[in-house]
Amino acid sequence: MAISLGYIILASAFLLIVSMVMMLVRLIGGPSLYDRLLAVNSFGTKIVLFLCVFCFIIDRPDGVDIALLYALMNFIATIAVLKYFNYQALDVTLICETADEETSI
Amino acid sequence: MMIDLMLAASSSHPEAELALHIDWLELLRWCLTVVFMGAGLFFVLAGTLGVLRLPDFYTRLHAAGMTDTLGAELILLALIVQSGFSQMSLKLLLVALFLLITSPTATHVIAHSAHKEGLEPILGPYKAPELDEAE
Repeated sequence: MAISLGYIILASAFLLIVSMVMMLVRLIGGPSLYDRLLAVNSFGTKIVLFLCVFCFIIDRPDGVDIALLYALMNFIATIAVLKYFNYQALDVTLICETADEETSI
Repeated sequence: MMIDLMLAASSSHPEAELALHIDWLELLRWCLTVVFMGAGLFFVLAGTLGVLRLPDFYTRLHAAGMTDTLGAELILLALIVQSGFSQMSLKLLLVALFLLITSPTATHVIAHSAHKEGLEPILGPYKAPELDEAE
């Protein structure tokens, strides 16, 4: 039973790699910037899943920390690239519209 | 697999030759893992195929955003069920929680930014309403 379950997990890792390659096609040939960003985001999610499955296969729970870090970095990178392409800069000063109130933050 | 379990039970308990000692909890864990993993892989592959084949950016976003969230959660749930109560399962639960929060947020931000930038969807004879600039 353990052998058949190992085959199932290995097949899932292989199918995740196939899915990542298919996502790379959209990443390279995407017509617009947002297609590429969507492909990068989805590719990162699949990398996180593959890392989790791989760490389950080699039975080391340390590697799931890398997957967790990768998930957070993926989200922050997507937000940062979108902010850069919206504002043409990464340090955007916020505008306070209610000037009469005390804004001592 | 049932035959393997029955053989193992009969070999470990040779005095009970007629009563079938099947480890029902292990069988339930195996079935749950297979079902969750199969469903998660189906959703992930369907989402990837949708991103490759659909004609428009917003339909691609629909395919990727919805199926990736559900597929990732199902695959991580299968791994959690299989690994039991351990350090591994706690970390996988944390990964699943972060993905559950960040994946729809990233999809929404990409869609909002594309709509604000003026990327037109394929709508045929219809027209999208203007985005409210006052917000």
